[in-house]
Amino acid sequence: MNEKQRVNRKKLNKSLDKLFLILGFSVTLLALGILLTLILDIVQDGWGRLNLDFLTHFPSRKPQEAGILSAWVGTLWIMTLTSVIAFPLGVMAGIYLEEYAPQNRITNLIEINIANLAGVPSIIYGLLGLGLFVRFMHMGRSVISGGATLALLILPMIILSTREALRAVPFSIREAAYAIGATKWQTVRHQVLPSALPGIMTGTILAMSRAIGETAPLIMIGALTYIAFLPAPPLQSQFPFLHLNGLFDPFTVLPIQIFNWVSRPQKGFFEDAAAGIIILLGIAFLMNAVAIFLRTRYQKKIRW
Amino acid sequence: MKKLILGLLGLAIFSSASLTYAQKMIEIDGSSTVYPITEAVAEEFQKSDAEVKVTVGISGTGGGFKRFCLGETDISDASRPIEPTEVELASKNGIEFIELPVAYDGLAVVVNPKNDWVTSMTVSELKKLWEPAAQGKITRWNQIRPEWPDKEIRLFGAGTDSGTYEYFTEAVVQQKKASRGDYTASEDDNVLVQGIASDPLALGFFGVAYYEQNKDRLKLVSIDDENDVNGKGPQLPTYQNVLDGIYQPLARPLFIYVSKKSAEKPEVVKFIEFYMTQGAALSKEVGYIALPDQAYPLAWKRFEARKTGSLFHGVQTGVKIEDLLKKEA
Repeated sequence: MNEKQRVNRKKLNKSLDKLFLILGFSVTLLALGILLTLILDIVQDGWGRLNLDFLTHFPSRKPQEAGILSAWVGTLWIMTLTSVIAFPLGVMAGIYLEEYAPQNRITNLIEINIANLAGVPSIIYGLLGLGLFVRFMHMGRSVISGGATLALLILPMIILSTREALRAVPFSIREAAYAIGATKWQTVRHQVLPSALPGIMTGTILAMSRAIGETAPLIMIGALTYIAFLPAPPLQSQFPFLHLNGLFDPFTVLPIQIFNWVSRPQKGFFEDAAAGIIILLGIAFLMNAVAIFLRTRYQKKIRW
Repeated sequence: MKKLILGLLGLAIFSSASLTYAQKMIEIDGSSTVYPITEAVAEEFQKSDAEVKVTVGISGTGGGFKRFCLGETDISDASRPIEPTEVELASKNGIEFIELPVAYDGLAVVVNPKNDWVTSMTVSELKKLWEPAAQGKITRWNQIRPEWPDKEIRLFGAGTDSGTYEYFTEAVVQQKKASRGDYTASEDDNVLVQGIASDPLALGFFGVAYYEQNKDRLKLVSIDDENDVNGKGPQLPTYQNVLDGIYQPLARPLFIYVSKKSAEKPEVVKFIEFYMTQGAALSKEVGYIALPDQAYPLAWKRFEARKTGSLFHGVQTGVKIEDLLKKEA
């Protein structure tokens, strides 16, 4: 290769480099453009219906009077329960598999199965929830059954992301902890877990964002479409103040309400559906914002 | 903290499972076609009696009956009469039921407004077009009627899981769930509306309420059942025609099934009474065709006498509600 060829080659590489940059940028722009169009379209359709009445009214046969009170309260219940159940279980399972489990066939089998479970269609989890929670454990078609079902659905994702995050913690940190006499649990509790937490949070956010839009498994376990009352609130004025009987009340969630409205003939329900989608997006953004806030707070805490 | 929450959850699971059933609840599930009527009735009923909590689900007619026959629901919405296998399942579980018709739904056959050749079709033409043997063979308009243009025909229809599909195939092909498979199927009627409105060569069917809301972008086809007893010549699914039994065989009755055990609860009795008195006006309001005025009192009598069982014995099309009710009353 002579000097001239080398220069040409360099030029070609540079222009290829630039080309890829342009390509990458335009693909990003396209994706954002499509998203923006969708959001704008929804906002245009639903903006007129967005008001306090929409949030504080129950569903109705009249599109103008229909609201999403039972739906958004149900979604909040379900999301809270799902995270309360799935997060500790998933993180604990992840820690065990990554830090404690011996490398043998059984562990391998468990690992492969968890990875496979992450790809199982959500309706299958609905069937499992129906059989296990609703019928076998007699928990009824209730908020707790729904939360537990969605928790099962996102559990594999949380376990996998926990393991990824733990694996990313440098091994030297563990060695240093052992060197000064820390036990395994002390090492995990005080060094490994805190530094892995931001990564675990990111995985959990993604998993929760999937769960919030799920319709099929909840319809399967018997979430309703028309319901004009709310689960009993957990905080009440009567002793002992914290009441959990709301867990066993029937419920509906935003995606089901939206799905039902979209399939109705009257045009007014389309606007209701669009407004419902805006609220659902709002809740999803809010959830992510809280999680990102928590993540950055933990990230700041890490000092070695 | 986490341990505390988990502990509380565990405690709650074992302690308060029984609490929910103390409330006055009416649980309804079933057909998404009947849903708008039941929703409207439940909405109004709860305005008059705030103590009773009514819930309505949309598991589909079949899915609703599955739950109903296990005794999980009080009332089941159905867009077709209960089937013998479902009756069997119910009796195996000791569930007896009372069958009450609540409204009519006309199935509209529609084409694109740009289609200027079709104004009416006979049922045998529909059969020729939709039967299983038509698959891949009947693909052009002039194969149905020679004077129609030599253009491709594109079909849209209800998905195979819906009661609408079951009814249409039984009425047109005369065999339940038998049809060609090469058509655009959707459980969501708005998808079908969209498809037909944007394709000049399209033909499809769905509930007449969806036509009413999209009159400007669809064209209705009148249907001739070639039986002069049900009105001579092709008929449109108008309110009067459906009511008079002239729009045959594509007008179907919609039902609710009440569990006899649930009928012992006073709140269920009140709800059914409300349904039978307000149901006519409310079903009109949400886009369905109410039964003739005398049908509701007859149905209420049937409920009051707790007459169980189905009047249909699996027969599904071309049955007049009043005749049936009178026969039993």
